Amino acid sequence: MSAAPERADFDLIASWVQPGERVLDLGCGDGSLLKRLIEERGAKGYGVELEDAGVLAAIGNGINVIQGNLEQGLAGFEDQTFNHVVLSRTLQTVRHTERILSEMLRVGREAVVSFPNFSYWKNRMAVMTGRMPVSEDLPYEWFDTPNLRFFTILDFEALCDKMGLVIRERQVLDEAGSQVTEEPNFLGSLAVYRLGR
Amino acid sequence: MAAGVGTVKAQIAHFDQPLRLRGGGVLPAFDLVYETYGTLNAARSNAILVCHALSGHHHVAGHTADEFGKPTANLGWWDNIVGPGRPLDTDRFFIVGVNNLGGCHGSTGPKSINPASGKPWGADFPMVAVVDWVHAQARLADQLGIDAWAAVMGGSLGGMQALRWTITYPERVRHAIVIAAAPNLTAENIAFNDVARQAILTDPDFHDGHYYEHGVHPWRGLRLARMLGHITYLAEDQMAEKFGRKRRPEAGSYGFDVEFEVESYLHYQGDKFAGFFDANTYLLMTRALDYFDPARVADGNLAAALGVARAGFLVVAFSSDWRFSPARSREIVHALVHNGQDVAFAEIESEHGHDSFLMDDPHYHAVVDTYLKRVKL
Repeated sequence: MSAAPERADFDLIASWVQPGERVLDLGCGDGSLLKRLIEERGAKGYGVELEDAGVLAAIGNGINVIQGNLEQGLAGFEDQTFNHVVLSRTLQTVRHTERILSEMLRVGREAVVSFPNFSYWKNRMAVMTGRMPVSEDLPYEWFDTPNLRFFTILDFEALCDKMGLVIRERQVLDEAGSQVTEEPNFLGSLAVYRLGR
Repeated sequence: MAAGVGTVKAQIAHFDQPLRLRGGGVLPAFDLVYETYGTLNAARSNAILVCHALSGHHHVAGHTADEFGKPTANLGWWDNIVGPGRPLDTDRFFIVGVNNLGGCHGSTGPKSINPASGKPWGADFPMVAVVDWVHAQARLADQLGIDAWAAVMGGSLGGMQALRWTITYPERVRHAIVIAAAPNLTAENIAFNDVARQAILTDPDFHDGHYYEHGVHPWRGLRLARMLGHITYLAEDQMAEKFGRKRRPEAGSYGFDVEFEVESYLHYQGDKFAGFFDANTYLLMTRALDYFDPARVADGNLAAALGVARAGFLVVAFSSDWRFSPARSREIVHALVHNGQDVAFAEIESEHGHDSFLMDDPHYHAVVDTYLKRVKL
């Protein structure tokens, strides 16, 4: 569960969901994204959350939350039953990276993935000065971070290429949530992708 | 914790229209014994039905009154979750607990008099199924003036009744809270039930189920059945921690007397249970469990069977429950997701095995409480 109040990637994701579509949000936390998609976009939403506190908060928000561990894949979810499967700022916390991406595109027609870009210039600066980066999109100290994987926009796109995933759309945001068009791997703090097969 | 519902008194509802049963039998008339807690609101929209499990009954919460109306030590089996400020908040909800048909706590069952013979039904009591209980509970709802339950809730076999309610009376259940349950029994589960039944059926005091007339009760068989059942309601780690290999103070005989603490515990549980429960009821309840399989009419497709349900669902499972494992609850969850139905699922970390659903675990109770706070009246 992240405490980020207004997530810039939520605006983008909301704009990609059409009324009545089925959305599965992986690592849904308290369900705030789903709540927004349901209320603003008329989506039919389900969430998966591991932590007890997140599950409890999501139930309180009226969300269809299913407690489960993404590391075990999406067993039980049927093939191609969701229009969008969302993994918002969570991919970097998952050990089985390729498996979860494959699973997302098994159960969904589209995978929506956002993650902090480790090669954002401020992160590079932090490492240059000898410290691990702490920023808006990487808000943890090295000793308490849930993040397991540190990767960049270029790294992620290389993996997509290797796995044969098609990038349908990419949006890159800076720390303020504004769109970045030039030098995204340097100027972008958060990347948001729509992926297909 | 806040005080509970206080002193309670059971009531009896009589039904004189015949009830045709799934197994082919007919009950010409029947009684249901029940208790209620809280107040039914003017809109009659705040009623929650609590369904009991294998050995449960209508006395869900509070202390039973003695003949003078004074509280006895007899506390309801799910008192920790029912009462003012508790998850099943009696300041907000009207809670109904009912003893099922075939029971031995006051509802019509094998101990009751068969009007055709003037003697106790005994083994002639017709086979009852979960759906029969649901039909009988629906008649009670009619009598109480409850068109639709705000929620139907239960653990284990009680959860199966909640599930069945959503299929049989979809328009009469707004929420179903299905705890430590399963869409049907596994072969292993049926096997345990069979051994339990064999213990009773082969007891020399069983007399083909007509033991009342002989003035005896197959308590040895019933005791063994309960001891076996009890093992399956606990978890291995929990037993290891609670008993380990601890010996009784009087141990050391190198014989077959009670040497280990775990034996003492099981004997105590078996004796206690066999002292008040009816063997014929135990047979009926375990058989109802075995037969429960709502997906059967849909060729095993649970999603198809649940498709008619209009309720929102809360499904809860416990990590150490191996009798009705979390994976079985997930089958229910995924059938509902398949249908696009509303469901929340929590898997509670617990060391108490299948019995966890009766425990006063803060997170578990918070899940139920939070869900019920969402229920609109």
